[in-house]
Amino acid sequence: MTHAVSVSNLYKTYDPPKGQGSPVEALRGVTLAVEEGDFFALLGPNGAGKTTLIGILTGLVTKTSGEAKIFNHPVDTDASRAKTYIGLVPQEFNFNIFEKVEDIIVTQAGYYGTPRAEALKAAEPILKDLGLWDKRYTPSQQLSGGMKRRLMIARALIHGPKLLILDEPTAGVDVEMRRSMWTFLRKINKEGTTIILTTHYLEEAEQLCRNVAIINKGSILVNQSMQSLLADHGEEKLEQVYLDLIGAGKETENEQTL
Amino acid sequence: MTPQKQWTAFYTMLRNDFVRIVRIWSQTLLPPVVTTTLYFVVFGTFIGSQLKPIHGLTYIQFIVPGLIMMSVITSSYMNTVSTFYFAKWTKTLDEILVSPMPEWLVIVGFVSGGVMRGLMVGVLVGVVGLFFTHLAIQNIAVLILTLVLTSTLFSLGGLINGAFAKGFDGMSIVPTFVLTPLTYLGGIFYSIQQFPPFWQTVSLFNPILYMINAFRWAFFGVSDINIGICLSVLIGFVVLFLLVLLWLFRRGIGVRL
Repeated sequence: MTHAVSVSNLYKTYDPPKGQGSPVEALRGVTLAVEEGDFFALLGPNGAGKTTLIGILTGLVTKTSGEAKIFNHPVDTDASRAKTYIGLVPQEFNFNIFEKVEDIIVTQAGYYGTPRAEALKAAEPILKDLGLWDKRYTPSQQLSGGMKRRLMIARALIHGPKLLILDEPTAGVDVEMRRSMWTFLRKINKEGTTIILTTHYLEEAEQLCRNVAIINKGSILVNQSMQSLLADHGEEKLEQVYLDLIGAGKETENEQTL
Repeated sequence: MTPQKQWTAFYTMLRNDFVRIVRIWSQTLLPPVVTTTLYFVVFGTFIGSQLKPIHGLTYIQFIVPGLIMMSVITSSYMNTVSTFYFAKWTKTLDEILVSPMPEWLVIVGFVSGGVMRGLMVGVLVGVVGLFFTHLAIQNIAVLILTLVLTSTLFSLGGLINGAFAKGFDGMSIVPTFVLTPLTYLGGIFYSIQQFPPFWQTVSLFNPILYMINAFRWAFFGVSDINIGICLSVLIGFVVLFLLVLLWLFRRGIGVRL
Protein backbone atom coordinates (compact mmCIF):
# COMPACT_ATOMS: atom_id res chain seq x y z
CA MET A 1 0.00 0.00 0.00
CA THR A 2 1.36 3.44 -0.97
CA HIS A 3 1.68 6.04 1.72
CA ALA A 4 0.02 9.35 0.91
CA VAL A 5 1.93 10.87 3.81
CA SER A 6 4.92 9.52 5.65
CA VAL A 7 6.56 11.50 8.39
CA SER A 8 9.58 10.35 10.32
CA ASN A 9 11.15 11.85 13.44
CA LEU A 10 9.94 15.33 12.53
CA TYR A 11 10.97 18.28 14.66
CA LYS A 12 10.01 21.92 14.46
CA THR A 13 11.28 24.61 16.79
CA TYR A 14 10.07 28.18 16.43
CA ASP A 15 12.60 30.84 17.35
CA PRO A 16 11.11 33.57 19.54
CA PRO A 17 11.17 37.22 18.43
CA LYS A 18 14.53 38.83 19.29
CA GLY A 19 15.00 39.20 23.03
CA GLN A 20 11.63 37.66 23.87
CA GLY A 21 11.20 34.31 25.60
CA SER A 22 12.69 30.96 24.62
CA PRO A 23 12.31 28.78 21.52
CA VAL A 24 9.03 26.84 21.22
CA GLU A 25 9.22 23.15 20.31
CA ALA A 26 6.07 22.67 18.24
CA LEU A 27 6.92 19.15 17.02
CA ARG A 28 9.08 16.71 18.97
CA GLY A 29 9.99 13.73 16.83
CA VAL A 30 6.65 13.04 15.13
CA THR A 31 6.45 9.78 13.17
CA LEU A 32 3.28 9.08 11.23
CA ALA A 33 2.00 7.38 8.08
CA VAL A 34 -1.27 7.87 6.23
CA GLU A 35 -2.18 5.30 3.61
CA GLU A 36 -3.51 6.23 0.20
CA GLY A 37 -7.32 6.34 0.22
CA ASP A 38 -7.55 6.77 3.98
CA PHE A 39 -9.85 9.15 5.84
CA PHE A 40 -7.52 10.10 8.65
CA ALA A 41 -8.20 12.17 11.76
CA LEU A 42 -5.42 14.24 13.31
CA LEU A 43 -6.69 15.31 16.69
CA GLY A 44 -5.25 17.32 19.53
CA PRO A 45 -5.84 20.39 21.69
CA ASN A 46 -5.02 23.93 20.59
CA GLY A 47 -1.26 24.38 20.26
CA ALA A 48 -0.62 20.63 20.02
CA GLY A 49 1.27 20.93 16.71
CA LYS A 50 -1.43 19.94 14.19
CA THR A 51 -1.24 23.10 12.10
CA THR A 52 2.57 23.07 12.22
CA LEU A 53 2.60 19.49 10.92
CA ILE A 54 0.18 20.44 8.14
CA GLY A 55 2.27 23.54 7.41
CA ILE A 56 5.38 21.41 6.89
CA LEU A 57 3.52 19.00 4.60
CA THR A 58 2.16 21.84 2.47
CA GLY A 59 5.29 24.02 2.27
CA LEU A 60 4.12 26.81 4.57
CA VAL A 61 6.47 25.92 7.42
CA THR A 62 10.16 24.97 7.24
CA LYS A 63 10.98 21.86 9.29
CA THR A 64 13.84 21.91 11.76
CA SER A 65 14.81 18.26 11.18
CA GLY A 66 13.37 14.89 10.24
CA GLU A 67 11.69 13.65 7.10
CA ALA A 68 8.29 14.29 5.51
CA LYS A 69 7.11 12.80 2.22
CA ILE A 70 3.97 13.13 0.11
CA PHE A 71 3.40 10.09 -2.11
CA ASN A 72 7.09 9.32 -1.63
CA HIS A 73 8.29 12.80 -2.67
CA PRO A 74 10.24 14.63 0.07
CA VAL A 75 8.63 17.98 0.87
CA ASP A 76 11.99 19.73 1.00
CA THR A 77 14.07 18.30 -1.85
CA ASP A 78 11.17 17.58 -4.24
CA ALA A 79 8.74 20.23 -3.02
CA SER A 80 7.26 21.14 -6.39
CA ARG A 81 6.26 17.54 -7.17
CA ALA A 82 5.03 16.86 -3.62
CA LYS A 83 2.77 19.92 -3.71
CA THR A 84 1.00 18.84 -6.90
CA TYR A 85 -0.68 16.06 -4.87
CA ILE A 86 -2.03 18.26 -2.08
CA GLY A 87 -5.11 20.41 -1.67
CA LEU A 88 -5.17 22.44 1.54
CA VAL A 89 -8.18 23.85 3.35
CA PRO A 90 -6.59 26.04 6.03
CA GLN A 91 -7.98 26.96 9.41
CA GLU A 92 -8.24 30.69 8.70
CA PHE A 93 -9.85 32.38 5.71
CA ASN A 94 -6.94 33.28 3.44
CA PHE A 95 -8.49 34.35 0.15
CA ASN A 96 -8.72 37.83 -1.29
CA ILE A 97 -12.01 39.15 0.09
CA PHE A 98 -12.41 41.58 -2.82
CA GLU A 99 -12.28 38.83 -5.45
CA LYS A 100 -15.28 36.93 -6.78
CA VAL A 101 -15.74 33.26 -5.90
CA GLU A 102 -14.99 32.11 -9.44
CA ASP A 103 -11.86 34.27 -9.72
CA ILE A 104 -10.43 32.90 -6.47
CA ILE A 105 -10.78 29.33 -7.71
CA VAL A 106 -9.55 30.00 -11.23
CA THR A 107 -6.54 31.93 -9.92
CA GLN A 108 -5.60 29.04 -7.65
CA ALA A 109 -5.82 26.68 -10.61
CA GLY A 110 -3.53 29.04 -12.51
CA TYR A 111 -0.85 28.71 -9.82
CA TYR A 112 -0.95 24.95 -10.48
CA GLY A 113 -0.49 25.59 -14.20
CA THR A 114 -4.10 25.14 -15.35
CA PRO A 115 -5.09 27.72 -17.99
CA ARG A 116 -8.07 29.97 -17.22
CA ALA A 117 -10.44 28.43 -19.80
CA GLU A 118 -9.77 24.91 -18.52
CA ALA A 119 -10.10 26.01 -14.91
CA LEU A 120 -13.47 27.63 -15.58
CA LYS A 121 -14.76 24.32 -16.94
CA ALA A 122 -13.29 22.35 -14.02
CA ALA A 123 -14.77 24.78 -11.50
CA GLU A 124 -18.39 24.24 -12.56
CA PRO A 125 -18.98 20.73 -11.12
CA ILE A 126 -17.04 21.54 -7.95
CA LEU A 127 -19.00 24.73 -7.31
CA LYS A 128 -22.25 22.91 -8.03
CA ASP A 129 -21.35 20.06 -5.67
CA LEU A 130 -20.56 22.52 -2.92
CA GLY A 131 -23.64 24.68 -3.49
CA LEU A 132 -21.67 27.73 -4.61
CA TRP A 133 -22.57 27.82 -8.29
CA ASP A 134 -25.18 30.57 -7.82
CA LYS A 135 -22.62 32.61 -5.90
CA ARG A 136 -19.81 32.35 -8.45
CA TYR A 137 -19.90 36.05 -9.32
CA THR A 138 -20.30 37.18 -5.69
CA PRO A 139 -17.35 38.92 -3.99
CA SER A 140 -16.13 36.49 -1.36
CA GLN A 141 -16.52 38.95 1.50
CA GLN A 142 -20.30 38.81 1.01
CA LEU A 143 -20.45 35.04 1.66
CA SER A 144 -21.65 33.54 4.95
CA GLY A 145 -19.12 31.79 7.20
CA GLY A 146 -20.19 28.33 5.99
CA MET A 147 -19.97 29.38 2.36
CA LYS A 148 -16.47 30.77 2.91
CA ARG A 149 -15.43 27.37 4.31
CA ARG A 150 -16.91 25.63 1.27
CA LEU A 151 -15.17 28.11 -1.01
CA MET A 152 -11.84 27.06 0.52
CA ILE A 153 -12.74 23.40 -0.11
CA ALA A 154 -13.58 24.21 -3.73
CA ARG A 155 -10.30 26.09 -4.11
CA ALA A 156 -8.36 23.15 -2.67
CA LEU A 157 -10.00 20.71 -5.10
CA ILE A 158 -9.66 22.67 -8.34
CA HIS A 159 -6.41 21.01 -9.40
CA GLY A 160 -7.69 17.50 -8.63
CA PRO A 161 -5.45 16.66 -5.63
CA LYS A 162 -4.94 13.07 -4.50
CA LEU A 163 -4.60 14.26 -0.91
CA LEU A 164 -6.96 16.75 0.72
CA ILE A 165 -5.90 18.24 4.05
CA LEU A 166 -8.64 19.96 6.02
CA ASP A 167 -7.63 22.02 9.05
CA GLU A 168 -10.81 22.47 11.11
CA PRO A 169 -13.07 22.85 8.09
CA THR A 170 -16.34 22.91 10.01
CA ALA A 171 -15.40 25.48 12.69
CA GLY A 172 -18.29 27.89 13.06
CA VAL A 173 -20.47 26.03 10.57
CA ASP A 174 -24.12 25.23 11.43
CA VAL A 175 -25.24 21.62 11.91
CA GLU A 176 -27.07 21.32 8.59
CA MET A 177 -24.18 22.66 6.57
CA ARG A 178 -21.73 20.51 8.52
CA ARG A 179 -23.72 17.38 7.65
CA SER A 180 -23.77 18.32 3.97
CA MET A 181 -20.00 18.83 4.09
CA TRP A 182 -19.63 15.37 5.64
CA THR A 183 -21.62 13.87 2.77
CA PHE A 184 -19.43 15.65 0.25
CA LEU A 185 -16.19 14.58 1.95
CA ARG A 186 -17.37 10.95 2.17
CA LYS A 187 -18.16 11.08 -1.55
CA ILE A 188 -14.74 12.34 -2.66
CA ASN A 189 -13.00 9.92 -0.29
CA LYS A 190 -14.97 7.07 -1.85
CA GLU A 191 -13.86 8.33 -5.26
CA GLY A 192 -10.22 7.92 -4.16
CA THR A 193 -9.11 11.15 -2.51
CA THR A 194 -7.09 10.61 0.64
CA ILE A 195 -8.32 12.94 3.39
CA ILE A 196 -6.58 14.20 6.52
CA LEU A 197 -8.95 16.01 8.86
CA THR A 198 -8.22 18.01 11.98
CA THR A 199 -11.22 18.98 14.03
CA HIS A 200 -12.30 19.80 17.55
CA TYR A 201 -15.71 18.20 16.87
CA LEU A 202 -14.81 14.67 17.90
CA GLU A 203 -18.15 13.30 16.76
CA GLU A 204 -17.14 14.43 13.29
CA ALA A 205 -13.88 12.47 13.43
CA GLU A 206 -15.67 9.42 14.84
CA GLN A 207 -18.29 9.50 12.08
CA LEU A 208 -15.93 10.09 9.18
CA CYS A 209 -12.46 8.73 9.85
CA ARG A 210 -11.09 5.20 9.67
CA ASN A 211 -7.74 5.96 11.30
CA VAL A 212 -6.76 8.45 13.94
CA ALA A 213 -3.70 10.03 15.51
CA ILE A 214 -3.82 12.14 18.66
CA ILE A 215 -1.07 14.68 19.11
CA ASN A 216 -0.29 16.68 22.23
CA LYS A 217 2.57 19.07 22.92
CA GLY A 218 4.26 18.09 19.67
CA SER A 219 4.26 14.31 20.26
CA ILE A 220 1.98 11.59 18.92
CA LEU A 221 0.10 9.89 21.79
CA VAL A 222 -1.77 7.27 19.75
CA ASN A 223 -1.92 6.33 16.09
CA GLN A 224 -4.27 3.48 15.21
CA SER A 225 -7.59 2.62 13.61
CA MET A 226 -10.62 4.42 15.03
CA GLN A 227 -12.30 1.09 15.66
CA SER A 228 -9.41 -0.36 17.64
CA LEU A 229 -8.91 2.85 19.63
CA LEU A 230 -12.53 2.80 20.76
CA ALA A 231 -12.40 -0.97 21.41
CA ASP A 232 -9.25 -0.57 23.53
CA HIS A 233 -11.12 1.87 25.72
CA GLY A 234 -14.19 -0.27 26.32
CA GLU A 235 -16.26 1.14 23.46
CA GLU A 236 -16.35 4.59 25.04
CA LYS A 237 -17.18 7.64 22.93
CA LEU A 238 -14.15 9.16 21.22
CA GLU A 239 -14.60 12.33 23.23
CA GLN A 240 -14.04 10.43 26.48
CA VAL A 241 -11.07 8.51 25.07
CA TYR A 242 -9.56 11.78 23.88
CA LEU A 243 -10.02 13.46 27.26
CA ASP A 244 -8.52 10.44 29.03
CA LEU A 245 -5.44 10.49 26.78
CA ILE A 246 -4.88 14.25 26.93
CA GLY A 247 -5.57 14.20 30.69
CA ALA A 248 -3.10 11.32 31.20
CA GLY A 249 -0.49 13.39 29.39
CA LYS A 250 -1.11 16.28 31.77
CA GLU A 251 -0.90 14.04 34.85
CA THR A 252 2.43 12.55 33.69
CA GLU A 253 3.72 16.05 33.13
CA ASN A 254 2.60 17.13 36.62
CA GLU A 255 4.31 14.10 38.18
CA GLN A 256 7.52 14.92 36.35
CA THR A 257 7.30 18.53 37.52
CA LEU A 258 6.84 17.41 41.15
CA MET B 1 6.03 21.69 -13.23
CA THR B 2 6.45 21.64 -16.99
CA PRO B 3 7.61 24.89 -18.66
CA GLN B 4 4.09 25.36 -20.03
CA LYS B 5 2.53 25.06 -16.57
CA GLN B 6 5.17 27.43 -15.22
CA TRP B 7 4.23 29.94 -17.91
CA THR B 8 0.54 29.64 -16.95
CA ALA B 9 1.39 30.18 -13.27
CA PHE B 10 3.54 33.21 -14.14
CA TYR B 11 0.80 34.64 -16.38
CA THR B 12 -1.74 34.15 -13.57
CA MET B 13 0.38 36.18 -11.15
CA LEU B 14 1.00 38.92 -13.71
CA ARG B 15 -2.64 39.08 -14.81
CA ASN B 16 -3.79 39.40 -11.19
CA ASP B 17 -1.39 42.25 -10.56
CA PHE B 18 -2.37 44.00 -13.79
CA VAL B 19 -6.06 43.83 -12.88
CA ARG B 20 -5.26 45.18 -9.39
CA ILE B 21 -3.08 48.03 -10.70
CA VAL B 22 -5.73 49.12 -13.18
CA ARG B 23 -8.63 48.66 -10.71
CA ILE B 24 -7.02 50.99 -8.18
CA TRP B 25 -5.48 53.33 -10.79
CA SER B 26 -6.14 56.35 -8.58
CA GLN B 27 -3.67 54.89 -6.05
CA THR B 28 -1.20 53.23 -8.41
CA LEU B 29 -0.99 55.30 -11.60
CA LEU B 30 -2.37 58.76 -10.89
CA PRO B 31 -0.25 59.95 -7.90
CA PRO B 32 3.15 59.76 -9.67
CA VAL B 33 1.69 61.53 -12.70
CA VAL B 34 0.31 64.36 -10.51
CA THR B 35 3.55 64.68 -8.51
CA THR B 36 5.84 64.79 -11.54
CA THR B 37 3.54 67.22 -13.33
CA LEU B 38 4.00 69.56 -10.38
CA TYR B 39 7.78 69.11 -10.66
CA PHE B 40 7.60 69.92 -14.38
CA VAL B 41 5.55 73.06 -13.70
CA VAL B 42 7.41 74.40 -10.67
CA PHE B 43 11.03 73.33 -11.24
CA GLY B 44 10.97 72.96 -14.99
CA THR B 45 8.88 75.88 -16.18
CA PHE B 46 8.78 78.51 -13.39
CA ILE B 47 12.25 78.13 -11.87
CA GLY B 48 13.96 76.34 -14.78
CA SER B 49 13.32 79.19 -17.21
CA GLN B 50 15.57 81.37 -15.03
CA LEU B 51 18.48 78.88 -15.06
CA LYS B 52 21.41 78.42 -17.43
CA PRO B 53 21.47 75.33 -19.74
CA ILE B 54 23.25 72.20 -18.43
CA HIS B 55 25.19 70.06 -20.93
CA GLY B 56 23.56 72.21 -23.62
CA LEU B 57 20.04 71.25 -22.49
CA THR B 58 17.34 73.54 -21.14
CA TYR B 59 16.66 72.88 -17.46
CA ILE B 60 13.29 71.24 -18.13
CA GLN B 61 14.90 68.94 -20.70
CA PHE B 62 17.65 68.12 -18.23
CA ILE B 63 15.29 67.10 -15.40
CA VAL B 64 12.63 65.19 -17.37
CA PRO B 65 14.61 61.88 -17.68
CA GLY B 66 15.46 61.97 -13.97
CA LEU B 67 11.86 62.64 -12.97
CA ILE B 68 10.61 59.78 -15.14
CA MET B 69 13.20 57.56 -13.49
CA MET B 70 12.18 58.74 -10.01
CA SER B 71 8.56 57.71 -10.71
CA VAL B 72 9.70 54.35 -12.09
CA ILE B 73 11.87 53.67 -9.03
CA THR B 74 9.18 54.57 -6.50
CA SER B 75 6.37 52.75 -8.32
CA SER B 76 8.33 49.52 -8.87
CA TYR B 77 9.54 49.44 -5.28
CA MET B 78 6.16 50.22 -3.72
CA ASN B 79 4.40 47.68 -5.92
CA THR B 80 6.40 44.68 -4.76
CA VAL B 81 6.82 45.74 -1.14
CA SER B 82 3.08 46.34 -0.76
CA THR B 83 1.76 43.35 -2.73
CA PHE B 84 4.14 40.94 -1.01
CA TYR B 85 3.68 42.30 2.50
CA PHE B 86 -0.13 42.50 2.16
CA ALA B 87 -0.17 38.94 0.80
CA LYS B 88 1.79 37.81 3.85
CA TRP B 89 -0.37 39.83 6.24
CA THR B 90 -3.68 38.58 4.81
CA LYS B 91 -2.19 35.09 4.31
CA THR B 92 -3.23 35.09 0.65
CA LEU B 93 0.45 34.39 -0.02
CA ASP B 94 -0.31 30.85 1.15
CA GLU B 95 -2.26 30.33 -2.09
CA ILE B 96 1.04 30.70 -3.93
CA LEU B 97 3.25 28.93 -1.39
CA VAL B 98 1.14 25.75 -1.35
CA SER B 99 1.23 25.58 -5.15
CA PRO B 100 4.03 23.75 -7.00
CA MET B 101 5.53 27.01 -8.28
CA PRO B 102 9.30 26.91 -7.70
CA GLU B 103 10.80 29.70 -5.60
CA TRP B 104 12.46 31.44 -8.54
CA LEU B 105 9.12 31.62 -10.36
CA VAL B 106 7.39 33.19 -7.36
CA ILE B 107 10.14 35.84 -7.29
CA VAL B 108 9.82 36.41 -11.05
CA GLY B 109 6.04 36.74 -10.67
CA PHE B 110 6.19 39.40 -7.97
CA VAL B 111 9.08 41.28 -9.63
CA SER B 112 7.36 41.30 -13.02
CA GLY B 113 4.34 42.95 -11.40
CA GLY B 114 6.61 45.71 -10.11
CA VAL B 115 8.32 46.09 -13.48
CA MET B 116 4.93 46.29 -15.19
CA ARG B 117 3.74 49.10 -12.90
CA GLY B 118 7.08 50.89 -13.18
CA LEU B 119 6.89 50.83 -16.98
CA MET B 120 3.25 51.93 -17.03
CA VAL B 121 4.06 54.89 -14.79
CA GLY B 122 7.24 55.66 -16.75
CA VAL B 123 5.32 55.85 -20.04
CA LEU B 124 2.57 58.01 -18.51
CA VAL B 125 5.05 60.46 -16.95
CA GLY B 126 7.04 60.56 -20.20
CA VAL B 127 3.91 61.44 -22.17
CA VAL B 128 3.10 64.22 -19.67
CA GLY B 129 6.70 65.46 -20.04
CA LEU B 130 6.10 65.93 -23.78
CA PHE B 131 3.56 68.66 -22.94
CA PHE B 132 6.35 70.65 -21.32
CA THR B 133 9.35 70.11 -23.56
CA HIS B 134 10.73 68.39 -26.63
CA LEU B 135 12.26 64.97 -25.92
CA ALA B 136 14.62 63.45 -28.47
CA ILE B 137 15.53 59.79 -28.17
CA GLN B 138 19.21 59.20 -28.88
CA ASN B 139 19.26 55.44 -28.32
CA ILE B 140 16.00 53.53 -27.93
CA ALA B 141 17.74 50.25 -26.95
CA VAL B 142 19.57 51.85 -24.00
CA LEU B 143 16.39 53.68 -23.02
CA ILE B 144 14.36 50.45 -22.82
CA LEU B 145 17.23 48.53 -21.21
CA THR B 146 17.72 51.20 -18.52
CA LEU B 147 13.98 51.39 -17.82
CA VAL B 148 13.61 47.61 -17.52
CA LEU B 149 16.78 47.11 -15.45
CA THR B 150 15.95 49.96 -13.07
CA SER B 151 12.38 48.82 -12.52
CA THR B 152 13.66 45.24 -12.08
CA LEU B 153 16.25 46.35 -9.52
CA PHE B 154 13.75 48.28 -7.41
CA SER B 155 11.11 45.58 -7.69
CA LEU B 156 13.71 43.15 -6.33
CA GLY B 157 14.54 45.66 -3.59
CA GLY B 158 10.86 46.04 -2.70
CA LEU B 159 10.51 42.28 -2.44
CA ILE B 160 13.50 42.04 -0.08
CA ASN B 161 11.92 44.83 2.01
CA GLY B 162 8.58 42.97 1.96
CA ALA B 163 10.23 39.80 3.21
CA PHE B 164 11.81 41.58 6.18
CA ALA B 165 8.96 43.99 7.02
CA LYS B 166 7.41 43.15 10.37
CA GLY B 167 4.62 45.71 10.11
CA PHE B 168 3.27 48.52 7.97
CA ASP B 169 5.99 50.84 9.34
CA GLY B 170 8.57 48.44 7.95
CA MET B 171 7.27 49.08 4.43
CA SER B 172 7.88 52.83 4.57
CA ILE B 173 11.24 53.09 6.40
CA VAL B 174 13.44 52.25 3.40
CA PRO B 175 11.51 54.39 0.86
CA THR B 176 11.47 57.37 3.22
CA PHE B 177 14.95 57.28 4.71
CA VAL B 178 17.01 55.57 1.99
CA LEU B 179 15.31 55.69 -1.39
CA THR B 180 14.03 59.28 -1.37
CA PRO B 181 17.34 60.89 -0.27
CA LEU B 182 19.35 58.78 -2.73
CA THR B 183 16.95 59.67 -5.55
CA TYR B 184 16.99 63.39 -4.84
CA LEU B 185 20.80 63.30 -4.57
CA GLY B 186 21.07 61.08 -7.65
CA GLY B 187 21.53 63.85 -10.20
CA ILE B 188 17.92 64.50 -11.21
CA PHE B 189 18.17 68.24 -10.71
CA TYR B 190 21.87 68.88 -11.29
CA SER B 191 25.02 67.61 -12.97
CA ILE B 192 27.68 66.41 -10.55
CA GLN B 193 30.18 68.31 -12.71
CA GLN B 194 28.82 71.43 -11.03
CA PHE B 195 30.26 70.11 -7.71
CA PRO B 196 33.78 70.43 -6.26
CA PRO B 197 35.87 67.26 -6.86
CA PHE B 198 35.29 65.90 -3.32
CA TRP B 199 31.48 65.93 -3.66
CA GLN B 200 31.74 64.52 -7.16
CA THR B 201 33.57 61.52 -5.68
CA VAL B 202 31.00 61.17 -2.87
CA SER B 203 28.17 61.24 -5.43
CA LEU B 204 29.71 58.29 -7.27
CA PHE B 205 28.76 56.05 -4.32
CA ASN B 206 25.08 56.68 -5.03
CA PRO B 207 23.85 53.88 -7.36
CA ILE B 208 20.85 55.90 -8.49
CA LEU B 209 23.21 58.44 -10.10
CA TYR B 210 24.20 55.78 -12.65
CA MET B 211 20.60 54.94 -13.56
CA ILE B 212 19.53 58.55 -14.06
CA ASN B 213 22.61 59.33 -16.14
CA ALA B 214 22.14 56.25 -18.30
CA PHE B 215 18.53 57.28 -18.92
CA ARG B 216 19.47 60.87 -19.71
CA TRP B 217 22.16 59.58 -22.10
CA ALA B 218 19.54 57.47 -23.89
CA PHE B 219 17.49 60.63 -24.48
CA PHE B 220 20.09 63.29 -25.18
CA GLY B 221 23.47 61.58 -25.42
CA VAL B 222 24.83 63.45 -22.38
CA SER B 223 25.94 61.85 -19.12
CA ASP B 224 28.24 62.59 -16.17
CA ILE B 225 29.41 58.98 -16.25
CA ASN B 226 30.41 56.60 -19.04
CA ILE B 227 27.29 54.75 -20.27
CA GLY B 228 29.06 51.38 -20.12
CA ILE B 229 29.85 51.88 -16.44
CA CYS B 230 26.24 52.99 -15.78
CA LEU B 231 24.79 49.83 -17.30
CA SER B 232 27.38 47.59 -15.62
CA VAL B 233 26.50 49.02 -12.19
CA LEU B 234 22.80 48.44 -12.89
CA ILE B 235 23.32 44.85 -14.02
CA GLY B 236 25.61 44.17 -11.05
CA PHE B 237 23.00 45.34 -8.54
CA VAL B 238 20.23 43.36 -10.27
CA VAL B 239 22.30 40.16 -10.05
CA LEU B 240 23.20 40.85 -6.41
CA PHE B 241 19.59 41.52 -5.32
CA LEU B 242 18.37 38.48 -7.25
CA LEU B 243 20.89 36.23 -5.49
CA VAL B 244 19.86 37.64 -2.10
CA LEU B 245 16.19 36.94 -2.86
CA LEU B 246 16.84 33.41 -4.10
CA TRP B 247 18.72 32.72 -0.86
CA LEU B 248 15.91 34.22 1.26
CA PHE B 249 13.19 32.24 -0.54
CA ARG B 250 15.21 29.02 -0.49
CA ARG B 251 15.72 29.33 3.28
CA GLY B 252 12.16 30.60 3.76
CA ILE B 253 13.39 33.72 5.57
CA GLY B 254 10.58 36.28 5.68
CA VAL B 255 8.49 33.98 3.50
CA ARG B 256 7.59 30.84 5.47
CA LEU B 257 7.38 30.21 9.21
